[in-house]
Amino acid sequence: MDLAHLWFWIVGILFIGYFVLDGFDFGVGMSLPFLAKDDVGRRQIINTIGPVWDLNETWVIVAGACLFAAFPEWYATLFSGFYLALLLIILALILRGVSFEYRHQRDSLRWKAGFDTMIVVGSAVPALLWGVAFANIVQGVPMDAHHNFTGTLLTLLNPYGLLGGLTTLLLFFTHGIYFVALKTDGEVREKARRLATRSGILTVVVAAAFLLWTIVMTADKGAPLLGLTIACAVVAAVALIVSVMANLRGREGWAFADGAVTVAFAVLTLWTALYPFVMPSSTDLAHSLTIENASSTPYTLTIMSWAALVFLPLAMGYQAWTYWVFRRRVSRSRIEKAVAAGAH
Amino acid sequence: MDLLDPLILARWQFGLTTLYHFIFVPLTIGMGLIVAIFQTAWYRTAHVRWLQLTRFFGKIFLINFAMGVVTGIVQEFQFGMNWSDYSRFVGDIFGAPLAFEGLLAFFLEATFLGLWIFGWDKLPRLAHLATIWIAWIGATLSAYFILAANAWMQNPVGYKMAADGSRAELVDFWAVLTNRVALATFPHTMFAAFMFAAAVVIAAAAWHLARGQHVDIMRPALRFGMWGMIVAFAGVFLAGDQLGLQMVATQPMKMAAAEALYNSACGANASFSIFSLGTPDGTSEIFSIRVPYLLALLSTHSFDGCVEGINDLNSLYQTKFASFGIDQFTPIIWVTYWAFRWMIGLGALAALISVVGLWLTRKSAKRPVPQWAWRVAIWSAPLPLLASLVGWIFTEMGRQPWIVFSLMLTRNGVSPNVPGWQVLISLVAFSAIYIALAIVEFGLILRTVRKGPEPVPEPGEGHPSETALEDTPTTVY
Ligand code: HDD
Ligand code: HEM
Ligand code: HEM
Repeated sequence: MDLAHLWFWIVGILFIGYFVLDGFDFGVGMSLPFLAKDDVGRRQIINTIGPVWDLNETWVIVAGACLFAAFPEWYATLFSGFYLALLLIILALILRGVSFEYRHQRDSLRWKAGFDTMIVVGSAVPALLWGVAFANIVQGVPMDAHHNFTGTLLTLLNPYGLLGGLTTLLLFFTHGIYFVALKTDGEVREKARRLATRSGILTVVVAAAFLLWTIVMTADKGAPLLGLTIACAVVAAVALIVSVMANLRGREGWAFADGAVTVAFAVLTLWTALYPFVMPSSTDLAHSLTIENASSTPYTLTIMSWAALVFLPLAMGYQAWTYWVFRRRVSRSRIEKAVAAGAH
Repeated sequence: MDLLDPLILARWQFGLTTLYHFIFVPLTIGMGLIVAIFQTAWYRTAHVRWLQLTRFFGKIFLINFAMGVVTGIVQEFQFGMNWSDYSRFVGDIFGAPLAFEGLLAFFLEATFLGLWIFGWDKLPRLAHLATIWIAWIGATLSAYFILAANAWMQNPVGYKMAADGSRAELVDFWAVLTNRVALATFPHTMFAAFMFAAAVVIAAAAWHLARGQHVDIMRPALRFGMWGMIVAFAGVFLAGDQLGLQMVATQPMKMAAAEALYNSACGANASFSIFSLGTPDGTSEIFSIRVPYLLALLSTHSFDGCVEGINDLNSLYQTKFASFGIDQFTPIIWVTYWAFRWMIGLGALAALISVVGLWLTRKSAKRPVPQWAWRVAIWSAPLPLLASLVGWIFTEMGRQPWIVFSLMLTRNGVSPNVPGWQVLISLVAFSAIYIALAIVEFGLILRTVRKGPEPVPEPGEGHPSETALEDTPTTVY
């Protein structure tokens, strides 16, 4: 396997990292109006991701930068082509990020309600649009001979793209609620468990439809890794069903871990379906970007490989340690104590 | 001028969003260090004053940090969104430092800052102290990589052109990382960042001292800030001097434009004008105050050195870069001229204020500090920031018409398939959100400053490392 192919998979791994981690952040953000009845409850939920949301989000920055370094053509075509969709994602991420940091700065209910709305919207929009974007990459988009996207925002809003978006939206929602159940106590935890069952079942239905469609489409194209695509889709589907069952039995840790496996294998399903293209052109297959014609030089890829080999495991190590440090549940009483001690 | 010209709009957007990002970055870099120093002082002396200062400035640091992070995402995506042909052309070289920045620096920073914010009552004291230092090292590394990327645009090194001329290809990554422009830019920018952080510390301390509050805490903070400011200015000055030399060597047009020097000059004639009034078309000057020899000294470190003028350089470039099909290789002269002066002037003013302040607040001073002096200290907070911002305007606009000096014109780098109206939408959206957030963030910082340092529980008798962790006030969102 040459380095360009290796990097195709490394970029995939980086996006898996992003969607598994920030995915549950999105779910946690979206869950606010469903799970909490008062400010303390909302803070209990937000504090489950307080120490980690920024590092989770950093995965998309790393994924984007590595995409740029390893596949400049892919980065250029994708980011200029999906301009408005990405704009919406960025704006949402901006609002979400500052809201986490600013909502507790003042003790006014209106102030907090405003930031809560921004957290919910700022979590839902990327959860939906990332799915739309990646489904469209796999499906193929109109591109000219210079690899420039020739469609509009509406081009992306086709049935398959929208189904992809709905899938990630529901998947991240459920995955986030598993996380809330795992990391809180009391009423919030109970509510989360109940809601996860309902949203989990809905997710199974939608995700199954999307995975099936992806398999049919991939078979249709005669993609070389069809067998792997089917295998990954099956693993994703089984993990999702197992997670719902684990949740029903109150096994919160298992439910969350299976949710992560689902997200990871859903991304792998798309990646194997995409191979060996990185952005197929629906105008004329000859205009497509492939692993070969989109990649950097072997010299650059060699340097990047060493960097990834050394620093990615290191980063994963200290991130895992962070999760270990903050392993305890965020209890309602702890927030109440902090409020009494003067935190807003 | 076409209102929907995608090139003009993309340039405005990049300039505005990057300048905006750079409002927060220097404070993160500078304040991160200051907070780390305060916390170290607390760890070593066990004096509660240092803990209070750590938490007080730590709060300001965090309010600011959030903005640095979210505006940084825009930067990362923007190269592909608005400058796709540029990204295709340079990606092989330019992408790697950005990727290194993410893998090495941003991960470190984001992770360890999370540990610092929420880890007060969870980590042993020494480990908790280490987290803020590691986060700061992350910020510093990230600054180095992004500046190395930018330096490559100013002075491309370590590359060769692809056989078909379609892109620049990396041949020596070490050369990119040790670009002589990067080596000068990095200390210059870092010291400038410390100046701004010092100015914020000075202003916050002055606000309380003017009201006679928290004197025992704020007086050391004030003196610390003023000494820091002076040291940082010395650093900025020395590094800036080096940077000027590199600039003359790599982009002589930028120096000529900084000085609005139309015709080459040597020795005494290579004078530096402190102020000048030109004819409105900018081709000749009416009045100026000049320091003879200074420009020669600045550009070549010798009294009889020669400095090339705009006109000579332009005709040289017209033949050298004939294939690019343009005949104007000059940036907008009045912008570079004034940006260069404001950068130096505003920064020097901030340093001067600190010198006076140290004198006024010396231990042996007989008279109390007059109220106007406190007011000056408070209002001078933005001076170093403004100096940094105009410094960047100078650097980036002085490079024009190139996006990569000598290799690619800015107008050839813009995304060919993003229509002007889309860029306009994003430009308006970013501007609106940024203005709203700036108001919120500024309000929050003011509130935090006014509230002043919060009391913290006295840590028993002994050393801070012996206090029960659960007694440390921690942060909840
Ligand atoms: C507090 C801020 C501040 C202050 C007081 C100064 N600078 Fe500066 N300067 C910057 C903040 C800055 C900056 C914003 O950080 C820049 C923009 C790009 C860069 O590398 O640093 C910059 C750029 C910059 C450049 C352009 C480099 C290039 O385009 O390649 C030169 C030649 C100088 N500076 C030189 C000086 C000199 C001789 C100073 C005398 C004291 C000085 N600067 C003060
Ligand atoms: C690695 C760091 C940087 C890179 C790669 C970079 C790159 C660019 C690019 C691609 C443009 C658009 C082309 C143009 O119009 O010139 C630009 C313009 C600009 N950048 Fe930078 N920049 C960097 C750092 C900064 C910083 C930190 C600032 C300010 C805080 C800044 C300020 C500007 C401004 C004001 C413009 C507009 C210039 C003009 O339109 O003529 N840049 N830069
Ligand atoms: C001289 C110019 C720049 C310097 C010194 C600088 C430095 C920094 C620093 C220290 C941070 C982290 C601290 C904070 O968030 O406030 C940061 C955030 C960020 N910057 Fe910049 N930056 C510059 C310009 C740019 C440019 C041009 C880009 C585009 C690639 C960029 C991309 C980012 C990103 C993506 C983040 C968020 C990282 C996170 O989530 O932690 N920066 N920058």
